[in-house]
Amino acid sequence: MSKFRRKKGKGMPKINTASLPDVVFMLLFFFMVSTTMRETEVQVRVKVPEATEVKKLEKKSLVSYIYIGRPVAVIARMYGTEPLIQLNDKLINEEGIPYESVQDFVLFEREKLPESDKNKMTMSLRIDEDINMGKVDDVKQALRRAKALIINYSARKEYLEQGRRR
Amino acid sequence: MPREVPEINGGSLADIAFLLLIFFLVATTMDIDTGITRLLPPEPEKDQETEVKVNKRNVLVVLINRSDRLMVGGEEMDRFQLKNKVIEFFTNPADDPNLPEMVETEIQFPPGSSPLLPPDGVWRGKVSKGVISLQNDRTTTYGTYLHIQNELVAAVNQLRNEFTQLYFDKTYDDLNQANATEEEIYNAIRDIYKMNISESEPKNSGGLN
Repeated sequence: MSKFRRKKGKGMPKINTASLPDVVFMLLFFFMVSTTMRETEVQVRVKVPEATEVKKLEKKSLVSYIYIGRPVAVIARMYGTEPLIQLNDKLINEEGIPYESVQDFVLFEREKLPESDKNKMTMSLRIDEDINMGKVDDVKQALRRAKALIINYSARKEYLEQGRRR
Repeated sequence: MPREVPEINGGSLADIAFLLLIFFLVATTMDIDTGITRLLPPEPEKDQETEVKVNKRNVLVVLINRSDRLMVGGEEMDRFQLKNKVIEFFTNPADDPNLPEMVETEIQFPPGSSPLLPPDGVWRGKVSKGVISLQNDRTTTYGTYLHIQNELVAAVNQLRNEFTQLYFDKTYDDLNQANATEEEIYNAIRDIYKMNISESEPKNSGGLN
């Protein structure tokens, strides 16, 4: 008679998984709440530069987006690889300074805001870091003419070089 | 005795939840919009002469040329030196006649908001008349341009921060603008250290594009 008898039910005891759905649901709700669905499809490649003095854009409803970058592969087949301007979801293809497209765009976006917020409209410029300033200056001139003066140069928060400089 | 309700098997609940979870994980974009907010100057009226006389000592020309090199007030400079240069320009600590004029100014703070202010809350001190003129070429890279903008903003932010730290023992960004008193402080400090950055009309500084 051996002293160490094998126990009858060998193997690991079962872990109670009844609370697993709870945990998963918690994660699920977190992601559901924090999700913002992408509304516009960006048709130009934009890698915004990094900066240290960035601030969060508070009211999303006041913000309209202007993208400047080289078109993605599908679009490039139609328009070539030169940098393009995209206003919210519309690509524009205007020669020279795009006064007309930007004017229309600003009027259209401003119309959507309530009367009290019309002068707080912010233009978020999401511009690829390798684009030449000529294109950016054109857009800025067009925005000035359209009287959309609050702009936001979109940038990612830069952490790396902080220690070196302070 | 009430009849027992048969238990529903909850084993597949986790599967369903996982499926949803994975969907949202994939669909989520966590991009918070951040950036540097600036104000564009209004377009000049057609008949308006835009000749504003500014004393030469009050202007610091920051020029980024088409090979992304930086020139500040006539000398070539590294991007990381710019911030200190701008701080010196805006404060003029040694009363240098080549740096901007400092004008004695009274600025109203909420009374009693800081022990370092007189009881009536009026700050008396010197405010710079300096203006930074930022110029770029059409072929300057946007990334470089934004880095320079960032340095200029960083310089003014540091000045504001130092002031807020000294008088109110917090950072400038921590001032809560929803609070009426703190908003007043916020605006008063903004008036002491103004973000005077003028962007010139775009022009080509010559050469091939």
